[in-house]
Amino acid sequence: MPAETTFILNHDTISTTESPGTLVLDYLRRKQKLVGTKEGCKEGDCGACVVLVGELTGASVSYKPVTSCLMPLGELHGKHLVTIEALRLDQLTPVQQAIVDEGGSQCGFCTPGIVMSLTGYLLQPAGGLDDAGIKYALGGNLCRCTGYGSLKRAGGQILQEVDAGSAGSGQDRVSNLIAQQVVPDYFSQIPARLRSIPPIQRGNGAAQSAYIIAGGTDLYVQRGGEIPYTEVEILNRRQELRGISVEGEHVRVGALTTFEEFAQNTDIQKIIPRIGEYMMRNASWQIRNRATLGGNIVNASPIGDMTALLLALDTTLTLEDGLKKRNVALRSFFKGYKQLDKTPAEVLTEIMFSVPDSGTRVHFEKVSKRKTLDIASVNSAIRIKTASGKIVRADLSFGGVAPIPLFMQNTCDFLAGKQIEMKTVLAAIDVAHSESAPISDIRGSADYKRLLVRQLLIAHFTTLFPDQLTVKDFYETH
Amino acid sequence: MKHIDAAGHTRGESQYVDDMPQPVGMLHAAVFTSPVAHGRIISLNLEEAVRCDGVITVLSAKDIPGENQIGALIPDELLLAEHEVHFVGEPVALVLAKSYEQAHRAVAKIQVEIDELPVVTDPRQAFESGAIIGPARTFALGDVDTAWQECAVVVDGQCEIGGQEHLYLETQRCRAIPLEDGVLRLYSSTQSPYAVQKAAARVLGVAHHKIEVDVKRLGGGFGGKEDQATAWSCLTALAAHCTGKAVELVLPRHQDMICTGKRHPYSADFRIGLNQAGKILAYDVKHYQNAGAAADLSPAVLERTLFHSTNAYFIPNVRIFGASCRTNLPPNTAFRGFGGPQGMFVIESAIAKAAEKMNKPREQIQRLNLLRDGDTFPYGQHLDDVRAERTWDEAAQSFDLNKIKQATKTYNDDHFESKKGYAVMPICFGISFTATFLNQAGALVHVYTDGSVSVSTGGIEMGQGLVTNIARIAARAFGISEKRIKVESTNTTRVANMSPSAASATTDLNGHATILAAGQITDRLKSFAANELGLTDKSRLTIVHEKLLDGNRETGWDWQKLVQTAYLNRIDLSAHGFYATPGVWFDKQKEKGNPFAYHVYGAAVFEVTLDCLRGTYEIDSAKIVHDLGRPINKLVDIGQVEGGLAQGLGWMTLEELSFDEQGRFLSNSLASYKVPDAYFMPDDLQVKFLQNVDNPAGPYGAKAVGEPPLMYGIGVFFAIRAAMRAFRPDSDLTFDAPMTPERVLLGLHEQEREVLVTKI
Ligand SMILES: Cc1cc2nc3c(=O)[nH]c(=O)nc-3n(C[C@H](O)[C@H](O)[C@H](O)COP(=O)(O)OP(=O)(O)OC[C@H]3O[C@@H](n4cnc5c(N)ncnc54)[C@H](O)[C@@H]3O)c2cc1C
Ligand code: FES
Ligand code: FES
Repeated sequence: MPAETTFILNHDTISTTESPGTLVLDYLRRKQKLVGTKEGCKEGDCGACVVLVGELTGASVSYKPVTSCLMPLGELHGKHLVTIEALRLDQLTPVQQAIVDEGGSQCGFCTPGIVMSLTGYLLQPAGGLDDAGIKYALGGNLCRCTGYGSLKRAGGQILQEVDAGSAGSGQDRVSNLIAQQVVPDYFSQIPARLRSIPPIQRGNGAAQSAYIIAGGTDLYVQRGGEIPYTEVEILNRRQELRGISVEGEHVRVGALTTFEEFAQNTDIQKIIPRIGEYMMRNASWQIRNRATLGGNIVNASPIGDMTALLLALDTTLTLEDGLKKRNVALRSFFKGYKQLDKTPAEVLTEIMFSVPDSGTRVHFEKVSKRKTLDIASVNSAIRIKTASGKIVRADLSFGGVAPIPLFMQNTCDFLAGKQIEMKTVLAAIDVAHSESAPISDIRGSADYKRLLVRQLLIAHFTTLFPDQLTVKDFYETH
Repeated sequence: MKHIDAAGHTRGESQYVDDMPQPVGMLHAAVFTSPVAHGRIISLNLEEAVRCDGVITVLSAKDIPGENQIGALIPDELLLAEHEVHFVGEPVALVLAKSYEQAHRAVAKIQVEIDELPVVTDPRQAFESGAIIGPARTFALGDVDTAWQECAVVVDGQCEIGGQEHLYLETQRCRAIPLEDGVLRLYSSTQSPYAVQKAAARVLGVAHHKIEVDVKRLGGGFGGKEDQATAWSCLTALAAHCTGKAVELVLPRHQDMICTGKRHPYSADFRIGLNQAGKILAYDVKHYQNAGAAADLSPAVLERTLFHSTNAYFIPNVRIFGASCRTNLPPNTAFRGFGGPQGMFVIESAIAKAAEKMNKPREQIQRLNLLRDGDTFPYGQHLDDVRAERTWDEAAQSFDLNKIKQATKTYNDDHFESKKGYAVMPICFGISFTATFLNQAGALVHVYTDGSVSVSTGGIEMGQGLVTNIARIAARAFGISEKRIKVESTNTTRVANMSPSAASATTDLNGHATILAAGQITDRLKSFAANELGLTDKSRLTIVHEKLLDGNRETGWDWQKLVQTAYLNRIDLSAHGFYATPGVWFDKQKEKGNPFAYHVYGAAVFEVTLDCLRGTYEIDSAKIVHDLGRPINKLVDIGQVEGGLAQGLGWMTLEELSFDEQGRFLSNSLASYKVPDAYFMPDDLQVKFLQNVDNPAGPYGAKAVGEPPLMYGIGVFFAIRAAMRAFRPDSDLTFDAPMTPERVLLGLHEQEREVLVTKI
């Protein structure tokens, strides 16, 4: 008998012994008969299933929109799950009214998810609201009917009518939104009610489980049909695996840190100034609220974006199997297509890299068919240290050009000691081509990817060293 | 007026097929489909699946009591494969189980042994081997062959045009409920209830009246549920018939993408000839349509390609050839635009190529050749009230085309790796079903004694706002408040023999039928009231804002009183209205006629910025002047324009169907098939409607709006191409769509690529 998962579903406290690996979406629609939440893809790509998950942080509850089609029920323990059914107030909420007024709902199938995303945006713990934020919130919701114009206009109306920014942060903000009937009154009691739910014991441990689930955003897409019927280890019950700390030279990132937490962290923003921009190219807000750095690495997709970035940062991983703990360099972690230097019982606990010094620059490039919420055709990251016009050390990674996320050792060796000049880059392109072997697949032809290796190397150098190199230089030689 | 259902949508209260409470004991169905694109079935082993947990039974072709046939235009499509399979995803067997998961787990246990046969995915190859569906068609005007001699410039070219997945957010689904006496009620997500009713009756071997189809709303259709909903509904009906139980079939997204037909890919050859001034004198085009493995609606789609092959231009000498080619892909089908977009893409490509050759701005040739009053289409229809030049000029003026041109040039002079491009896209789209008999519709209207009104039509609400439009039209026809109107689900027992909701004509046809039904009732009410009030001339009576007026004078009767007194005096408060579009006809022998009630015009201007280093682009703006006649509901209409545009832009840029040579669909999930998202669509999106225009052929002067805006999207292809040419003026770019970032980058870097390839 699995342990009971206890959580608050909209207004009601629920205790269930349903398999912890059951998808929240299936649980809602099939068991609870709450059919307002829709299934459009079951792959995290459409947002029809978006719900809010509220989690105690200090005295208040912070809410995030997530795709319920990729989230295990067992992770809801001690949390507040909010579905569209919670937003059936006496009158339409300002979010709902704006969508109605602007014609932002046609067939309506995407609409509950969109209402949840926009409501989730208003519930952000702090900060002001603006048009960019509305688009950020809509980033994980596809609508095939409207073309988004009316939804953006609805966003404009929401910004005019809802005052979230002035009312401080945390629970004050929630109270303020209750007053404006964005969310129901009972949200005010949720923090106290969540505190009264006793914590759940840890799971069976990785060794006893068929699946280790972090954010589930890769795992459920690949194995969604089986997981509910197996024993699972839900890593998110282990709070100690989350969080970011900078200790001297070293940045330590808990493996369960989500993409969104990583990008919003002020230390990380100092170390990688353009992280926000890079992260925008990565999945959607709704997925980034779930996707973990550890999952990105262990999933071992050859085009994992964070993996590419971490490869260039010369990252070290900590693995633990309950008995012993060891470190392994990320560069030697990938042994072949989806083959890792890791036993099934080992959990990745920590990701560590060093703080780049002042002579070091970091850059990430990604080309995908759609600019947002799409998997890369090719991605690449570089960390490069220079002194007086010369490259002291370069660390370069490429994704999508080999069966594994590729650290370009030969290219790095070649670059060391060279001048920042066109000749160097052109020669580096040749080396990079010789150590990569892209294949044709759904993300692009081999020719295209080979060309992208050239283009992205040029992009790295012209972006990082605009005074020495411009794109034009590379075309005038022809 | 707001979309009537919108409030319910935003609260998650609106119900779709599988949101309705489930009947006790309802079974769940899952379909086993062919894993190969062409072959002979040697054996089908269902035993292991039958033994799975929760499985009730597994059905195959031999369980079909009636005829195993669902082809609507041409009987060439089986419901369940018997001896051969013709595409990957062709239904072979149906598992029925107690739960959805059990049904799907059992499907995985079905084994089929297939002797594989050669697979054809290329329409030209199919054409060469004579595998065409229906006759090849040719429309002609003037004399193309001699006209070339008069031309100063003649260019030829080829287009490869990709298809498009509908990606309605609600996948295909149906729930079947057995009623008494062998009757089945089907809650189907279909645009064509009558097609479902006919096909289900055929498959079960029962009369049409034994099948009731009911449709409340669809979570999107876009043509993908016009004919393609039929198979899934028939399978569900078959299951309910065989088990006597309620059954539901909901396709998972992957399966929906793999099994269902899409917008047709086309391959085309063109030749265009112009005089020195840029006037087009001759145009010769051959369209090879990739129809897939069965006819579906392909011949009708092809016909519309021929109709729209000259888009908004008058060309005196034209020959348009088209053939539906049978391949081993899923049967391709209706999709917003219905073949029109492919026809228009080719003529726009031809004009682009000619403009490049002549070193003239593309829009100069476009503008010079726009249709005018008195022109004739290649299919013989004469034109009046043409609004091609007017919409173009208004767009050029209000969006300041000259300034855009200048700004683009300045930007491109100032930037090296970033280039801008712009393009104008005019459209002319014919409204009516090109199969003349489909231009009919019925409406059943009841007035209750409290003055509330119920309207049933044959039209389907799929997000396009039909219900909202019908409510508005009914309210106006009666002279009462919209609040009194309820538009019912679409049900084959209330309105019979309905045409599909398609061809942008749903509001037109069903709106007219509603007006006619309401007219009968108001007529009776007025006769009655005139009598009661002792008036001799009932035609002086009108109902305005729920008040009965005699000329301008109040009679003291309001709607409520009128209805109640009429009822007590035994006046019939129900009526059935029937509408058949007048004056439309087409002679397929001569390929001439008057197929359209009217045409919709418009023009769009696009600007894009290209990152030439990475091959990626942004759409900076999309600005449209569109001809709606007298709009019924601007909010709904703007939504149709913007939504259609988004699909057109997606079709031209991101949305790439990828099949391998074995006919397997590779871009079979939302992770690999990308449609526009909120970031992709330009924030600068402006839609203006032509002011002070009428349309005598439309309900209350309105023009249909569903499909035409999609074709604006074609313009973005040429805007991107213009930006590419700004970076590489000498490059020889193809006319292959969609213009993905891969095509852009490879197009821009032909030389670099060659260097890279030779180095390997
Ligand atoms: C819609 C969508 C868009 C996406 N877009 C992108 C994108 O743009 N870029 C990108 O890189 N990825 C993208 N992804 C993929 C995915 O989100 C990321 O790879 C994410 O980092 C996976 O993390 P997770 O926590 O969800 O992993 P999970 O799915 O939970 O796990 C993935 C694998 O890693 C294992 N695992 C996870 N954590 C650990 C651990 N700590 N120790 C041991 N094993 C572990 C699991 O057992 C599983 O095998 C997208 C996914 C979706 C659904
Ligand atoms: S169902 Fe599409 S994102 Fe969850
Ligand atoms: S309204 Fe239909 S998908 Fe958004």
